[in-house]
Amino acid sequence: MQVRAEQVSLEHPLRAWIALPLLLALIAFPLVMRSIEQPFYIVLVTRILIFALVATSLNLLVGFGGLVSFGHAAFLGAGAYVVGILMFHGIHSAWVVWPIAVGISAFAALLIGAISLRTRGVYFIMITLAFAQMVYYVFVSMKAYGGDDGLTLLARSQIGFGIDLKSDVAFYYVVLAVVAVCLFLFARLLNSRYGRVLQGTRENEIRMEAVGYPIYRYRLVAFVIAGAVAGLGGALLANLNLMASPNTLHWPQSGMLLIMVILGGVGTLWGGVMGATVLLLLEEILSTYTIHWQLGVGLVLLAVVLFAPNGLAAIARAVRANGPTK
Amino acid sequence: MDLILLLEQGLNGLQFGLMLFLLAAGLTLVFGIMDMINLAHGSLYMIGAYLAAVVMERTGSFAIAVVVALVGTALIGIVLEIVLLRRLYRRDHLTQVLATFALLLIADEVVRIVFGPQALTLNPPDALSGPVELIPGFTYSSYRLFIIAVGLIVALALYLLVTKTRVGMLVRAGASNRDMALAMGVDVNRLFTAVFGVGAALSALAGAMLGPLLAVEVGMGEGILILAFVVIVVGGIGSIRGALVGAIVVGTVDTLGRTLLPMSLRAMLPPSIASNLGPALASILIYVLMAGVLFWRPQGLFPARG
Repeated sequence: MQVRAEQVSLEHPLRAWIALPLLLALIAFPLVMRSIEQPFYIVLVTRILIFALVATSLNLLVGFGGLVSFGHAAFLGAGAYVVGILMFHGIHSAWVVWPIAVGISAFAALLIGAISLRTRGVYFIMITLAFAQMVYYVFVSMKAYGGDDGLTLLARSQIGFGIDLKSDVAFYYVVLAVVAVCLFLFARLLNSRYGRVLQGTRENEIRMEAVGYPIYRYRLVAFVIAGAVAGLGGALLANLNLMASPNTLHWPQSGMLLIMVILGGVGTLWGGVMGATVLLLLEEILSTYTIHWQLGVGLVLLAVVLFAPNGLAAIARAVRANGPTK
Repeated sequence: MDLILLLEQGLNGLQFGLMLFLLAAGLTLVFGIMDMINLAHGSLYMIGAYLAAVVMERTGSFAIAVVVALVGTALIGIVLEIVLLRRLYRRDHLTQVLATFALLLIADEVVRIVFGPQALTLNPPDALSGPVELIPGFTYSSYRLFIIAVGLIVALALYLLVTKTRVGMLVRAGASNRDMALAMGVDVNRLFTAVFGVGAALSALAGAMLGPLLAVEVGMGEGILILAFVVIVVGGIGSIRGALVGAIVVGTVDTLGRTLLPMSLRAMLPPSIASNLGPALASILIYVLMAGVLFWRPQGLFPARG
């Protein structure tokens, strides 16, 4: 299946004039919120940051590798459950637990990817979905770890250095640091030789193979990186919610992640960030007005499909192209 | 092992498989002919079940309820196809996923607004509420037998429609090579609308028939939608025969696995492990089956495209 970028450019600069002001604004954000006494929004933005990270990791597969995975929630949920299970057994240090969460998600991605990547197109969508469902049922069936109800965390992970993550603000800054570093590395990865080859396999698999690239291995590396980053996101999410829930593993979660990517812009550096931000803000705003917020989300998504076929990033690009210069 | 139990679970598996077939038939044709991933197919099943439950409550007649559910859902499906889905056929699969996921959210929420958040009950007709003795010493739910009969009749009718009629020929032509069918002058717009309407009616039938056995509630379409996808991938996308075989295989494996696996595990392992492992393995079984089929026969058991 072809994932069509509207105009193909293999270069994805981070654009310091966007990234730095955004970073500064996010650093200042909790101070502002505290001064106007709206601490609730700090948690909301923490959630947006985490999903921005996870959606970006999925975009590496969908947008840059042309691999539409419908099972990304498996890695998100695995990361969350690793944190929950280790904490259940009394291991609290973030320096131990988070790397294990990343490692186990990466290993799961290696196994699932090794088999799934032998299929193509629609079949790849379906086989990743099948594996994600297997992971879902494995965790739901573990009664000792909560089963259907999920696993409640007693506290957040401990990070040392005298920083207590119990404080939402401290946790916010840790998440911000993690997400900022990951996005920076993501931009470096895309513009590296590896990133170019991966995008090459999206554009023309057979040609890349003929040139001599082992495309299976390139794709598997992308799958493992995406799984590992999603696992990190899951570890952060479990800490945010103080909960590892089966819902983070279920297929509608995979669907939501895909929708963030499509909404933000498939195959654009900021696509995952934009999609997660818009979708979560939309949910938040609509749910303050009505319990039927899903209806609004659905209608907005339909409107995007009909009127902005290439996602929000394409609109931003079009505005940039047509706006100030003309 | 208890033979009676095996027989009972085998019939349950067949019954579930035939209902899965009703869902999968529409899904596989839409997927095979229009090349479209329709995540909202489960919503049509849900709408069918709700229509049946409401009409049953008003009129007390199960037959009227089923007919209204069929016709009503088919009309909704046709309108949906003409107004919206038609625009999506030429778009890539990702866009279709986004659009039909949006439809799924909208359908869930609209049903919740119209019918309320609580689950509805749909009672089987009085004549079919009791058990029936099939062979001496073995009684079975007469309603489940009725479902099996309806499923078999519909499967046969669908098979005859697809293999023996002119419309069926066009459908098969569309599934095996859409562009060639187009070039030969098939009126695809009308064909697609008709296929979608029939698919909607079939999933509504499944919803109405399964309603008395399962709960009629918001979100009921989501779980069974994934099973229907497993069925069409196992059977081969676009193939009615594949959907029938796949549905019966998936229905039987799932139903039998849920009873037999925990039992046989209990015989081998300590009960604490077996009680955790049994249900997990049973739920996973069909996905292992699907992954295996995709791995060794990516086109499914009965590929529609030659």
